[in-house]
Formats: sequence, structure tokens, C-alpha cells
Amino acid sequence: MATSALSRPVFSRRRVLEQLWLIFLQLLMTALLVSFLVPTLWMVSASLKASTEIFQHPITWIPREPQWSNYVRVFQVIPLAKFAENTVIVVALAVAGTLVSSVMVAYAFARIRWPGRDFFFSLLIATMMLPEVVTLIPRFIIFKYLGWIDTWLPLIVPYWCANTALYVFLIQQFFRGIPMELEEAALIDGAGRVRILTEILLPLCKPVIATVAVFALLQHYNSFLEPLIYLNSMDKWTLALGIRSINDSNAANWELVFAAGTVMVAPIVALFLVAQRYFVQGIAMTGFGGR
Amino acid sequence: MSVNATLSKTRLPSRLKLREWAAGYLFAAPFIVGFLAFTAFPMLYSIWLSFNKWDLLSPPRFVGLQNFVKMIADPRANLSLYNSAYYTVFAVPIQLLISFSLALALTQKLRFRDVYRAGFYLPIIVPLVASAVVWQRVFHYEYGILNEVLGWVGIPPQKWLFDVNLAKPAFIFMSFWMIGRQMVIFIAGLGNIPQSLYEAASIDGAGAFRRMWHITIPMMTPLIFYNMVIAIINSFQTFIPAKIMTDGGPENATLFVVLNIWQQGFQFFNMGYASALAWELFVIIVGFTIAQFYLSNKWVYYEA
Repeated sequence: MATSALSRPVFSRRRVLEQLWLIFLQLLMTALLVSFLVPTLWMVSASLKASTEIFQHPITWIPREPQWSNYVRVFQVIPLAKFAENTVIVVALAVAGTLVSSVMVAYAFARIRWPGRDFFFSLLIATMMLPEVVTLIPRFIIFKYLGWIDTWLPLIVPYWCANTALYVFLIQQFFRGIPMELEEAALIDGAGRVRILTEILLPLCKPVIATVAVFALLQHYNSFLEPLIYLNSMDKWTLALGIRSINDSNAANWELVFAAGTVMVAPIVALFLVAQRYFVQGIAMTGFGGR
Repeated sequence: MSVNATLSKTRLPSRLKLREWAAGYLFAAPFIVGFLAFTAFPMLYSIWLSFNKWDLLSPPRFVGLQNFVKMIADPRANLSLYNSAYYTVFAVPIQLLISFSLALALTQKLRFRDVYRAGFYLPIIVPLVASAVVWQRVFHYEYGILNEVLGWVGIPPQKWLFDVNLAKPAFIFMSFWMIGRQMVIFIAGLGNIPQSLYEAASIDGAGAFRRMWHITIPMMTPLIFYNMVIAIINSFQTFIPAKIMTDGGPENATLFVVLNIWQQGFQFFNMGYASALAWELFVIIVGFTIAQFYLSNKWVYYEA
């Protein structure tokens, strides 16, 4: 690049074309960026409008007078605070279970030799291809039989069983990259495996743990189908069910629906902005992530 | 390993080895137990269910292949397959085209690339339930922003989610908004193409389009293929937008496969029939996956 710039006149036709192309791309990307952001920004903007302003032509992109009271009202119309509290509890327990069990199982697959290991590892990988729907109905009946319907248990307990193969796989790959000598030496010194895992291995794989934590958090925060099936009474609902309920009960009050949506979206976007590195890292590492 | 070898004098597993085995099973126990309880048993149970008629109230009744016979002739089930296939066939290729183009653009020498990347990625961070309630209104006939924007260029307002012919295209359009994951994978892949290839091609006098056709695209085929497989699998399992935005309407135009299974199971309480439908989807998805991996040998370029 540098040599060609020197050997040619600055305003060669090719360079001008290249610059024009880059300017065009820059403008195109900016236009696309705006259009990608518009639905979300519109939600936030309309959540602050008076309902008369929402149903008005031409559209106003910035609310004339921000109606902060919409946010007070939405917490009165539906028990949004209760839903948020429920979501925090369910998500925290499910993510904790995912992390603890995935790390344990990944450790067994990566660093312990036991008969049947390869067989179980193939099983784990095979579950990645299994569509969730196949076990949806039998699980519902099993949980019904166990008396777990209308409790949070179906949303939490399975995730304490390392049931997302991708996460185990990711951590396992990371563990395999750490030299075995580290552990053999510790074993000879009489350290237990739990200590080896928590004190030697875990500190080394913080990035992958953070990535898994972020993905698991998104997965459970966004989860809709499972809460929809298992949770009947409103005082157990999560935010996802709350949004759906206000969308049905207050379909005409867009500002309230959008305010509820903004309340659900804001924390996750804030997390994204803070932990963007782990999102992108994780996707590049795995190809999955999000949905 | 060497420790084990010196310690084990007999051919029976040494105590140390047995302890290692025990540790292995102990640490793997969450998966083994969970797999049996929440995957293997439900799958077997689901097979049994699919041969029964059961509304969860009266006792289950064995009906043999009746659910499967019904499934083949059921217009609703077939319509749901058609809807999902329609959605997939149109959504996936265009999604790939958009995400690939964005990735190409964002690997050029532009300013603010990180901002663009974050912005294009953001829609898939937004919980899908929230996206669905917003997009339901984006498509609104009178006050939706899509008709508003189309109005600027003189296109008359459309009824989108209330129009039998436009409801599926509306869903497809919405899916273009959620291509951030594909894009990030493509960007990572583009970054892994050795620069030396491009330099060599430039020296040989290859222009931008020939470099693209002979280097970028062949090098990216594994990732294009990978993204395609994942996108097809996801498209066939679309549920949340359909449940929230249309609940299958208008006239079942957006009754997708998973929504139909959900309705049969949890609205009509046909547990056996819903299980049979779920197995049908399972066969389709696994079949697709296998077929694609078979086909991929023919056109995907894997670096030796």
C-alpha cells in the first residue's frame, strides 16, 4: 500500500475511486446502523410519549415532553417489580447451576481418565443437535408428575445438570490446553481434586467462564417458552411473561408496553456495553451464542 | 501416567486408578444424571407418548400409529410445515447475504468499525419477547414506523401482520434484523484469511472482484455453510415472534411448526399427537443436518 502510494501520483484514478468507494461504504454503513437501531430507539422514545403523541402523523422521533410518569404507571398496571425480582432469582440460580455443573463436568472430561469417558462425551456432543421441542412435552408431564408445575424448579434444576453441551465443551477445550503436569504435581503433594479445580484451574480460565456466564445469563433472561409452560400464577412470572401479559392486556397503550419493554431491555444492553468483549469473544470461539 | 505405572504391580486396577475413576464419575455425575433424567428418559417417554392418546385428564389410551397417520393427513400440520419451509427458504439465504456483506464491509478500512459492529449485533441482545412486541407495532397499519418510512418513498401502507400474503414476508423481514451472530462469525473468519494470499493475487494482477471470487469466498465456504446449517435449524424452531405477534394468524399464515406443536400440546392437550409432531420436526432437523454435511463435501472448501 505504502509503496504504491509513493510510486504513483497522489490523485491517480485508482486511488480516487478507492477513496470514493470507502466514503460510500461509510455512508451506507451509517445508514444501515441507524436502521438497525431504529426499532429499539423507537421503543424507548415512544415509551416516553403521551398516548396522543404516539397515534399522530407525522411521527415525532423525539417525544415533545417526556412523560416519565409512564414508567410509574407501568409498575402500577402490572407487578413489574415482582417480575423483575422473580427474574433475578431464577436467572441467578440457573446461571449459578450452569457454571458449577459445567465446570465440574468439563473437568471430568478434560483432566480425569475414567472408563466410559469418550462414550459420555459423544453423548454430550450429540445433545447439541437435539431440538428442544422433542423433550418439551415429556418433560412437562414428568415435572407435572413431580409436582413442579407452577414452581421455578423446572427452570432451574435441569441447569444444575450441565445440560447445555456447548458450555461444557467450551470449558473442556480450555482445560485441555492447560499442562497436565500442573495437576499431577499437586496430586502428589496430596491436594484434593476440588482444590486443584478451584485453586489452580479456575483462576486460569476466567475468560471462558465469563463468556459462559454471559451467554447463560442471556439465555435464561430471554427464556420464554419454558416459563410460559411451567408458570401459571402471576406472582411467579418472569419479565418475559410480564411483557407478554401487558402486551395482551394493554395492547392499545403502546407507551406502557414500550415502557415495560424498555425496563426489560435496559439492563441487558447495559451489560452488553460493559462486557462486549466476552460476547464477541464467545461467538468467535463457538459460533453460537445468543440464539 | 508414570505414577500409575510404577504403583500398579498387579493387573487389577490399582487403588490410585480406582480413585481416579471414582473422581471421574463423581465430577461427571451432574451430566450423567441430568442426561438420563432430562434427555434420555423424556425421549423414550416421548416415543411411548406418540403411540398414545392422552389429554392428561383421562388415562392414556394406546392408539398404535394413529397419531402418525393423522399427522400425514392433518391440514394444519402440513400448513405449519409449509409455513416454516417458506420462512426458511426465503429468510436464510438473504440473512447470509446481508451478514456476509456487512462482515465484508466492516473489514474494510472504515472509521468506527467497532461502533457499527456493536450496533448490528445489538438486536440479538434484546430479549426476543421485547423485540416481538416492538416489531408487532413496527408493522402496524396506521402508526407503525415501517409504513411511515415506506410512505416517504410513496409506497402505500400495507397491513403486514394482518395480510395473509404479507405476514410471512414480514416475519422474514424481521429476521434480517437479527443477523448479528452470523456477522460476527464471518468477521472472525475473514480475519483468519492469510494476507499473503491477497498479496500474491495482487502481484498477479487480480482485481478486487477476482480476489473476492477466488480467495475470500472459497476460504469462507466452511463458515458460510456452518452459518447456513445453524440458521436453518433456528428458522425451523421459530416460536416467540409467532406466539407474540400473530399467534399463528391471519388464517394460520404464521402457524409455524413449533407453534403448532405448542398449541396441540398446551392448548388442545393432545399430548400424544403433539409428541408425534415433535418427532416429525426432529426427523426434519436431523435429516437436514445430515444432508447438508453430506452435500458440504461437494462444495465446501476445507483447507488441507
